[in-house]
Amino acid sequence: MSLFRREWTEEGLDENLGTLLRTGVLISAVVVLGGGILYLIHSGSVLPDYRVFHGEPADLRSVPGILKDALSLRPAGLIQLGLLLLIATPVTRVAFSVLAFAQQRDQTYVIVTLIVFTLLIYSLVGGGL
Amino acid sequence: MHGKEKDAFLNIFEFTILIWLGSLGAGFLGALTGLGGGVVIVPFLALGLGVDIRYAIGASLVSVIATSSGAAAAYVKEGFTNIRMGMFLEMATTMGALVGAALAARIPTAAIAVIFGCVLIYSSYLSSRPQRESQKQKESPDPLANRLKMDSTYPTREGPTPYHVHAIPLGFSLLFGAGTLSGLLGIGSGAVKVLAMDQAMRIPFKVSTTTSNFMIGVTAAASSGVYLNRGYIDPGLAMPVMLGVLLGSLIGARLLFGARTRILRIIFGFVILALGIEMIYNGVTGRL
Repeated sequence: MSLFRREWTEEGLDENLGTLLRTGVLISAVVVLGGGILYLIHSGSVLPDYRVFHGEPADLRSVPGILKDALSLRPAGLIQLGLLLLIATPVTRVAFSVLAFAQQRDQTYVIVTLIVFTLLIYSLVGGGL
Repeated sequence: MHGKEKDAFLNIFEFTILIWLGSLGAGFLGALTGLGGGVVIVPFLALGLGVDIRYAIGASLVSVIATSSGAAAAYVKEGFTNIRMGMFLEMATTMGALVGAALAARIPTAAIAVIFGCVLIYSSYLSSRPQRESQKQKESPDPLANRLKMDSTYPTREGPTPYHVHAIPLGFSLLFGAGTLSGLLGIGSGAVKVLAMDQAMRIPFKVSTTTSNFMIGVTAAASSGVYLNRGYIDPGLAMPVMLGVLLGSLIGARLLFGARTRILRIIFGFVILALGIEMIYNGVTGRL
């Protein structure tokens, strides 16, 4: 992986982060598009209902549920997986920044990025205020 | 919403294409004007198509991550983004985003609509002001910024130019507010972030806009997690919104270099003003 090969210089860090963000968005867009095409083939002729708020079914709300639905190639599950990958992109970026600052022995920023990372994971696993 | 009953005859295929086209336009204009797609997507879905505002906010949030990350990739490489300052302020924006997402579940949708309307009106005011670079470079350094190693350089025609970061506590508080708005309304709230960095922290405008964009993705990811777990992110709705806004903003960003956006910003400002008034009206009359 070219992400790891480069030295963690300031410029190298910038470039690695850029590549990471772009790749994450691209992969998630492809997964969402694939799921979207299946979704339209399966239920394109049904009438939509978004006027009244129901909330999504339980399996489309949690990370394990989405993975299970996506693995059985259910269109809604695939789209949610793509969206999950999209959410994971900035989270991964923050995780890489933790490593990058650790390599630069910049303790202050290791702590700063760890706090951001913890907040993100907290929200993803269903924590809320 | 009476008088818009004809929507009911659209099947999911037509509905999806319509949302995709609308999102494409929103992403395009959002990138060209620098206001982001979120400010138009939510009113488009909620007012135009009668979608429940919580679904609209959920779909908008994921599109915000897509456009921010896509654009950040380009800006980070150009060397404008102040990554240290961005990471530091992300503590404020992510905490704010969690507060905003918590509020979104507790306050009535009518109140969300009214707050959204106020933010739209404020954004339209901001977009009508000319963007210009003020003289900031020759100021003395701030000790806290120095300790946090935030002072940096940015590329100009004369090569890398150094600048100083100021008023970190004030900027931190303002960005907490920006994060809260982002989590509550499903927008990037880039306008507030840029304002805080440009005016309060007094850093170069281009550094403000690119660093704001760098933070928007992380901010939106924090609230998206909460929205997803709460069942506010609908795949059928988020799919065309995300794909449309992403493509639209990529095209918009390509055209941005060298484009004269002054007139466009004024027109867009009026559109946002009208949407803001309509959001408040619909919120107050209890239709949203």
